Amino acid sequence: MGLPAVAIPFLGKLILSTHTQPDTTWAGGGSPFAIGSKPLGMWLFVVSDALTFSTFLVIYTYARLSNPGWPSPFGPSSIAQATLMTFVLLTSSYTMALAVNAMKTGRRGRAVRMLLATVGLGLAFVGLHIAEWMHLIRVEGVTLAANPWNQPLFGATFFTLTGLHMAHVAAGVLYLAIVAAALSRNKLDAHDVETSGLYWHFVDLVWMFIFPLVYLMSAKL
Amino acid sequence: MAAPAGRPKVTNMNHGFLRRYLFSTDHKTIGLQYITLSIFAAFVGIALSVLMRFHLVYPESRWRLLETLWPDGAPGGVMTPELYLSLMTMHGTIMVFFLLTTVPQGGFGNYFLPLQIGAADMAFPRLNMLSFWTTFLSFVVLCAAFFVEGGAPLAGWTAYPPLSAVGQIAGPGQGLGQTLWVLSIALFCIASLMGAINFITTTLELRTRGMSLLRMPLTCWGWFTTAIISLFAFGVLLAGGVLLLLDREAGTSFFLPAGLMINDKLLANKGGSPLLFQHLFWFFGHPEVYIAILPGMGAVSTILATFSRKPVFGYRAMIWAMLIIGFLSFVVWGHHMFISGMSPYSSIAFSLLTVTVGVPSAIKTFNWLGTIWGGSLRLTTAMLFALGFVSVFISGGLTGLILGQPALDSYFHDTYFVVGHFHMIMGVATVFAAFAATFYWFPKMRGRMMNETLGRIHFYLTFIGVYAIFIPMHFAGIAGNPRRYADFAQFDFLKDLSFLHKATTHAAFFTAAVQLLFLFNFLWSWWKGPKAGQNPWHATTLEWTLPSPPPEENFGHNPPQVHRGPYDYSLPGAPKDFLMQQEER
Ligand code: HEM
Ligand SMILES: [Cu+2]
Repeated sequence: MGLPAVAIPFLGKLILSTHTQPDTTWAGGGSPFAIGSKPLGMWLFVVSDALTFSTFLVIYTYARLSNPGWPSPFGPSSIAQATLMTFVLLTSSYTMALAVNAMKTGRRGRAVRMLLATVGLGLAFVGLHIAEWMHLIRVEGVTLAANPWNQPLFGATFFTLTGLHMAHVAAGVLYLAIVAAALSRNKLDAHDVETSGLYWHFVDLVWMFIFPLVYLMSAKL
Repeated sequence: MAAPAGRPKVTNMNHGFLRRYLFSTDHKTIGLQYITLSIFAAFVGIALSVLMRFHLVYPESRWRLLETLWPDGAPGGVMTPELYLSLMTMHGTIMVFFLLTTVPQGGFGNYFLPLQIGAADMAFPRLNMLSFWTTFLSFVVLCAAFFVEGGAPLAGWTAYPPLSAVGQIAGPGQGLGQTLWVLSIALFCIASLMGAINFITTTLELRTRGMSLLRMPLTCWGWFTTAIISLFAFGVLLAGGVLLLLDREAGTSFFLPAGLMINDKLLANKGGSPLLFQHLFWFFGHPEVYIAILPGMGAVSTILATFSRKPVFGYRAMIWAMLIIGFLSFVVWGHHMFISGMSPYSSIAFSLLTVTVGVPSAIKTFNWLGTIWGGSLRLTTAMLFALGFVSVFISGGLTGLILGQPALDSYFHDTYFVVGHFHMIMGVATVFAAFAATFYWFPKMRGRMMNETLGRIHFYLTFIGVYAIFIPMHFAGIAGNPRRYADFAQFDFLKDLSFLHKATTHAAFFTAAVQLLFLFNFLWSWWKGPKAGQNPWHATTLEWTLPSPPPEENFGHNPPQVHRGPYDYSLPGAPKDFLMQQEER
């Protein structure tokens, strides 16, 4: 709940605010980081956010190792669904890359379409994920604080880790939708799309940790 | 597509009051907002500490004022232990977060980083405004804890679970008060992360022509390094805060083990560990102490050079030392947990890494001494506070080396020795740097000089005062006096220390009162101080090439071209004794 709170205003401002540059001829004595303020700002956000996610992962690892009898509730259908979600997210990274590329080569219309495709895939991911949550809550009886296996930290780590990630995807969907809308009104440039792409790929990457560590390692096959 | 081409945006100067003073995106206004917030927070924090000190030595005395302020916390005017602990928690939290973390970076950094690198503003001006208002909100949420049912929390600025995680059952203040505390810290983390992103991007992207990284003043290096540390540290604390909140409000057990009895009630939690929180907290907490002090180190370097009329000794070594300190600060957190039951092998590793921090710290200290060595010193108030900084940094750093030994720390941990150590090195050193910076930059920020006579009196009295408060605390710690106790009088073995504690309390009163001199000087000079010129100290960095105070657009259409490093004082054969960074010769 803390992170969407950072992410949403942060992303909003990042898109909307203009940065000032002292001069066209930037000459700060060799510029290894001349990637533009907005992508750099996003890179830095990604670094700090990665630390937050890592903390959650460390806690999950600790909880798992220190509680013997950690449950493995994910049967074949759950694993299949999580695999599908992984596939959806990977595809969305591909469409995102296409959007960035289209913008770089000046094809604004295509960039908008690709962004919308990414938004659609992101929504599909969130939908699948909520269905998965509902299954766990309703059928398996897992909640944030309790579960049938008397391993309270199972639900706690599962829902915080995946919840934090889902919040990032949801914030990303909103963010990309805003970028797409602005692009179609001839606002924003390739830098802005690249910046949003950084965010999206990062969120995707985080899932590539969650999928094996949380799902595959707790598979019941 | 090309970056937005062309000229810096010169903003319209006719903003209304709101845009101009409250919701300004101008880094200078935002810097002043941070400074104002910090000064206010500092005086609240001082007031709380005086109340605590008073209670420690006159535990039985009745105070109408206390009863009026806290009817439940001080029935009949006598402070309860719970009230004492809540004052302590709020004192620590306010001072660490809203003074030591806020004024050096958010305040002075915001105001002077863009000026010193020749930029028109921070890279993300609106994000900057958002950082400030989030910090402000965080402060309001924290202070709200005083006014809610049960009052302020008791768990200290470190908020260790189980105490901080189990809620109301653990005592007054552990209900809503502690929840507000956690929320406030989470907000603070968010604000600091936004600030860090802005500072790093500004430093890397917005330097003017010729301002290579190795021509940046050490102040900029201090802010830059601090921002990098913040970026890595606050994300972890944020995660810890969110999980603590869930433990409190959603019934999870991240930091709560099985079988916990609190006030005769068995809790249902299971599976977590309070030590986990300690690890998360100190993974942030140790870097945090450097977040507080690194900007001050930068400012002190610059001020010592300016008032010695000599270049900083070992400019590059100073940069390396800061970066190494920044790196090491992430691998020593275990020294706060030596007695938590960690393996002795881990203790040895953490201990070795901890004492390694002494090396870059010593490099910095000797370079400061090298800078003033043989210089023609001008003992302005700013210079005095900078020298005072070096003094307390040495005093506090040496006790750090003692605490870094697990064998010694087993004894000293949670005694007044630690209180003495961190007040000296984190509290006083950072505050001295902030005072030095205030006296140094006030003329630039306001266009008026502060009163030097008052300033010097303030310095000398404060200098004597802080040593009189904090050195005796080390002796109390050596005698075994525990910290975070509301009342020493009940322990026979502490009876002999009562004189020492009385003296400390009187010194604290005295030093607190002396700070009013500063407040008076600041406010009086703000309105009535004599006009300052563009460059009253004959300093070399770019902010001094602008009028005082600088115009809203800073350098406007003429970003300066930098030709030299930041500390060209007393160049042989030069017509005057300094060359500014944009001067060719
Ligand atoms: C050579 C440098 C330093 C060493 C070896 C050192 C070592 C230590 C050790 C071992 C402790 C833990 C003591 C205990 O709790 O038993 C400690 C506490 C502390 N140190 Fe340092 N320190 C150094 C520099 C600093 C600096 C530069 C700062 C701040 C700017 C600082 C701020 C603190 C604070 C705030 C605490 C206490 C936190 C608490 O328990 O509330 N230290 N130090
Ligand atoms: Cu430490």
